[in-house]
Amino acid sequence: MSVDQATVQRIARLARIAVTDEEVPHLQGELNAMLSFVEQLNSVNVEGVEPMTSVTPMAMKKRVDEVTDGNIAEIVTGNAPQTEDHYFLVPKVIE
Amino acid sequence: MTDLTSLTLAEARDALKAKKISALELTDAHLNAMEKAKALNAYVLDTPKHARAMAKASDTKLQKGEAGLLEGIPLGIKDLYATKGVRTTACSKILLNFVPEYESTVTSKLWRDGAVMLGKLNNDEFAMGSSNESSAFGPSVSPILPPNVSAAQAKAKLGNCNKGLLVPGGSSGGSAAAIAARLCLGATATDTGGSIRQPAAFTGTVGMKPTYGRCSRWGIVAFASSLDQDGPIAKTVRDTAIMLRSMAGHDPKDTTSVDRAVPDYEAAIGKSIKGMKIGIPKEYRVDGMSQEIDALWSKGAEWLKQAGAEIVEISLPHTHYALPAYYIVAPAEASSNLARYDGVRYGVRVPGKDIIDLYEKTRANGFGVEVRRRIMIGTYVLSAGYYDAYYVRAQKIRTLIKQDFEKAYDSGVDAVLTPATPSPAFGIGEKSGADPVEMYLNDIFTVTVNMAGLPGLAVPAGVSKEGLPLGLQLIGRPFDEEILFSLGEVIEQAAGRTKLPDAWWA
Repeated sequence: MSVDQATVQRIARLARIAVTDEEVPHLQGELNAMLSFVEQLNSVNVEGVEPMTSVTPMAMKKRVDEVTDGNIAEIVTGNAPQTEDHYFLVPKVIE
Repeated sequence: MTDLTSLTLAEARDALKAKKISALELTDAHLNAMEKAKALNAYVLDTPKHARAMAKASDTKLQKGEAGLLEGIPLGIKDLYATKGVRTTACSKILLNFVPEYESTVTSKLWRDGAVMLGKLNNDEFAMGSSNESSAFGPSVSPILPPNVSAAQAKAKLGNCNKGLLVPGGSSGGSAAAIAARLCLGATATDTGGSIRQPAAFTGTVGMKPTYGRCSRWGIVAFASSLDQDGPIAKTVRDTAIMLRSMAGHDPKDTTSVDRAVPDYEAAIGKSIKGMKIGIPKEYRVDGMSQEIDALWSKGAEWLKQAGAEIVEISLPHTHYALPAYYIVAPAEASSNLARYDGVRYGVRVPGKDIIDLYEKTRANGFGVEVRRRIMIGTYVLSAGYYDAYYVRAQKIRTLIKQDFEKAYDSGVDAVLTPATPSPAFGIGEKSGADPVEMYLNDIFTVTVNMAGLPGLAVPAGVSKEGLPLGLQLIGRPFDEEILFSLGEVIEQAAGRTKLPDAWWA
C-alpha cells in the first residue's frame, strides 16, 4: 500500500500538524518507505492468533473510587502558556 | 586518592561507606569533569547547586551511619524523567520551557536511597531515534575516538559540526556518553526498542532493560506505553544491578507496574552459572552481518560454556517480523501519547487564528522531523479502514514473537544470547539520508525484547577490528533479571572491562 499526496495532507490534518505544500512530496516519500518496509508483515499467517493486549498478563490493581487529591489548580495550570483565574485560555471555539 | 571519576559505582559506594572519600568531593569531581566536557553535549542541563546540596546532605547521613543504598552517588538523569522544579524537556522544542511540579517515581526512589543529581542527560527527541541526533539540543557526541582519528584531531572536530565523530547511539545517547566519559557513576535511561542496550553497546558501557512492569513509568515522558521501560546504564554489570534495586518496585500510580518483591540484584553477581542452558537463536544470524560480530557472538557462547553453561541452538521463527511490526505499534502508540502536546495545558504555544490553527502550528513548530514522521505514520495506521490491516495485524505478530520466546523457555532454556547491535557505532550525520528505515535497522536485535516485554542486558564483549566497542545481549525470562546479571558478569570478567577513553575532549 502507498499513500498519495492528498492522503498525506489528510493524515497531517488528522494529526493536527501543519504541513506546507512544499513538504508534502518529501513526507510522501518517507511514509511510503515505511509502508513498504512493513509490507512484509502480510506474508505472516496470523489466522487464529489473538492480538496482544497486555505484554505482562496480570490483573490490574484497582483502588477505591474516591478523590485522592484536589485544590491544586495553581499547580495544574502552572505550566500553561496562557491562563486566567485557573482556566486555560484558548482562541474562541464557538462563534 | 586518584581521579574519583574513574571509580565504579560500587567502588565509590564502598569508599564512601569506609569514609575514605566524602560525597561532596565525589560530586565536585564529577561537576568539574562535566564542566570540561560541555562540548560532548551529554548533559542538556547541569544542576551543580542541586548536586552539592544533595551531596552535603549525604555526607551528614554517612557520618551518622544512616546511609541509603546509593548514598552520595552522583547520577545523571535522562531528560525524559520528570524532576520537580528542574526543567524537563524530552529534548523537544515543544517542552523547552517545561518545569514539572512533580517527581517521577523512579527518580524519587533514587533520591530516597541517597543518590545525587548532577543534571539532565541528552536523548533523541521523545526517545525516538538510535543516534541521539534528533535531540532539540543537537546530538550528544560519543567519547569513543573514531578509527584513525587522533585525540587532537577529534578535539578540533568537536563542536565544529562534529563531522567525523561518532554517535553514542540512542535514544539514551547522553546517558551512555556520560558514563563512558566518566561524567557520572550511573545514569537513568529508557528503552522502547533498544534505547538502553544499543547506546550501551556503542560506548562500551552496560545497559539493563528490565522486564516490562519491573520499574514504574510514572513521571517519565511517554513514547509507546506498551513497550517503554526504564532502566540503568553504568560502567559495570554490578553497577547496573545496584541501580536497578533502587529503581524497581511497584507503584500504585502506574497500573502496569508489577507488585512483586525486589530482589537484591547485586547478590546475583558472581553466582555460578553451571548447568544453565543458553539458547543461540539461529534467526539472529542475519544477512550481511559482519564477520566480527559473528565471531564475538561465538566467543561469548564459548565463555559461558567454559563457566559451565550448556549452549543450545534454538529457533525464534518470527524474529524477522519484529522490526516492521514495531514500526506499526510504536508510532501508533506515539501518535496517541503525543496528542497531549496541544499548546494549551503546558509546553510551547504558537498562536493561531482559531483553536485548530493553534494546534497545527504549535505541533508543526514544536516537533522535530523524526517525531512528526512517526506521529503521521501512527495516525495513518490507526485511521479508519487501516486499523485492522496494520495495527491489529502487528499486535497478532507480537503475540507470535512472544510465543517464540515462551516455547524456548518452556524447553528449558534459561536465557538467550545474541549480538546487541548489527554493527559498531557509526559517524554523526552518516545515517540521516532519505530512507528512515536505514536508521531503524540498528534495533534489529533489541526490538524483539520490547515486543515480548522481556528483560535484556547489553554487556561490552570486545572491540571491532578498528577498535570500536561491541556488545552482546542477554535476554531472560520475565522478571529473571538476576540470571542476566550472573551471566553478564561472566562475560564481563572473560572479556575484561572495556577501558574507557582518555579525556581527549577536555
